[in-house]
Amino acid sequence: MASKRSKHLLPGFGLTLGVSMLYLTIIIVLPLLAMLLKVGGMGFEEFWRIVASNRSLAAYRITFSSAFIATIFNGALGLLLAWVLTRYSFPGKRILDALVDLPFALPTAVAGLVLVTLFAPTGWYGQFLEPNGFKVNYTQLGIIIAMTFTSIPFVVRAVQPVLEEIQVDLEEAAQTLGATRWQIFARVIWPTILPAFMAGCVLSFARSLGEFGAVVFIAGNLPGLTEIVSLLIFIRIDEYNYEGAAALAFVLLLAAFVTLLLTNALQSWQVRYADRSR
Amino acid sequence: MTRATRSTAEMIFITLAFVFAGALLVVPLAVIFAFALREGLGVYLANIAEPATLHAIGLTIFTAIIVVPINIVIGVCIAWLVTRFRFPGRQVLITLIELPAAVSPIVAGTVYLFLYGGQGLLGPALQGAGIQLMFTVTAIILVSLFVTAPFVARELIPLMQQQGTEDEEAALSLGANGWQMFWFVTLPNIRWAILYGAILTNARVMGEFGAVSVVSGSIRGQTNTLPLQISQLFNDFNVTGSFAAASTLALMAVLTLILKSTLEAKGGWR
Repeated sequence: MASKRSKHLLPGFGLTLGVSMLYLTIIIVLPLLAMLLKVGGMGFEEFWRIVASNRSLAAYRITFSSAFIATIFNGALGLLLAWVLTRYSFPGKRILDALVDLPFALPTAVAGLVLVTLFAPTGWYGQFLEPNGFKVNYTQLGIIIAMTFTSIPFVVRAVQPVLEEIQVDLEEAAQTLGATRWQIFARVIWPTILPAFMAGCVLSFARSLGEFGAVVFIAGNLPGLTEIVSLLIFIRIDEYNYEGAAALAFVLLLAAFVTLLLTNALQSWQVRYADRSR
Repeated sequence: MTRATRSTAEMIFITLAFVFAGALLVVPLAVIFAFALREGLGVYLANIAEPATLHAIGLTIFTAIIVVPINIVIGVCIAWLVTRFRFPGRQVLITLIELPAAVSPIVAGTVYLFLYGGQGLLGPALQGAGIQLMFTVTAIILVSLFVTAPFVARELIPLMQQQGTEDEEAALSLGANGWQMFWFVTLPNIRWAILYGAILTNARVMGEFGAVSVVSGSIRGQTNTLPLQISQLFNDFNVTGSFAAASTLALMAVLTLILKSTLEAKGGWR
């Protein structure tokens, strides 16, 4: 009886394969293909002229540097929040835990509206920052803050489950062997959470690269100064310059693909690490 | 490491966590309702009842009602396929479904423009047949399906992988047919994860801004979803009206967080 069974024990292979392929083709593959055809049809010289123009280069510089700074800040904040949420018990812990996901639940346009209002010269935060020389609205600092807000949860949610699973006996063994608390963190805890931490940072960075809604409210959108890549694409579409939009969208798509591959690699590193330490 | 009293480091870390969470999360949430209500409840209600805002609320809810169920069906379908069978191209399929979450929403809108737009791949042919997709509600729905494609599947795949196939095989050997097995065995095992994915999908659909702003044309009273309406009110210097519209989405976000946290406490799948 068992030997008669084919490799597909359970029913539904044909049905789910058909539905999934059809859906993914219509919703994801066909639109991507349409854009790739547009890029392919414009010729390399034209493509290069667009993606290497001064305005584009300035937009990459602003987008990538802002995303980088936002990611570093979120790496530190994410580590702190994950640590506090897994290691200590205190009143309000569950609310803090739920609140961490607010940037995922709150629409980006609402986030942008809130941030531009808070950091306005008369706003709740702006009235204290502006007299001290920190101008946020319509500067790169505003872009960095918008990117930071929208990607707060990534590092917390990546590190939290790993911190929860670290065996306490490892730490206790280190302690009995005379390690200080700092040594325990640096030699035992940090190496274990590193892959997850990196994966969270990559996701945070990718999200910041693509962020649009929150940034356009606060950035002021001055070409060469506070114009991010997503916004430049949007402007090109508005000008009916579809070649310009396609070439830049291709650059962002490529960046997304690289981050996706990087996350997959980091995740398999994490799995291998977890298996080895078991 | 149980201690009766908190160490200095512990106190500092907890305080820092609350300070940052307060400044970056609690205050932004509070400012929405403070500004929406700053001219009194009457003005707030009048702002919500503004026809363009009311229409945007309706369109946003309508889009979610269409997109969320489709996402559930497809998510279950894809999760069943990749967790129950091994076949060539399986890994490509898993990567493909994750791609929309990694790209900028502006790119999502742009690729649809190049498919259905006036100069797009299929746009001219469809226009010849009298079908206009760009700048319609249909385009908003399609692009929303794109950006939320991974949301349900990504909750189900790890869960179904971990649950294995024993229950389902037992049902089949006891004489259940495929649909009975799915309805009475598979579905009860994954229903909380489906709900979890549906809540996340709903939040993203209702809040999507970048992708929708490319394909909707932002026609007031026609193709303006709530996020677009918020942006237009703000650009018209109607800040209180903008915050009133935003408060509806903020309520949705708070509800999302409460449901999410309740589900996490209840289910053991994460």
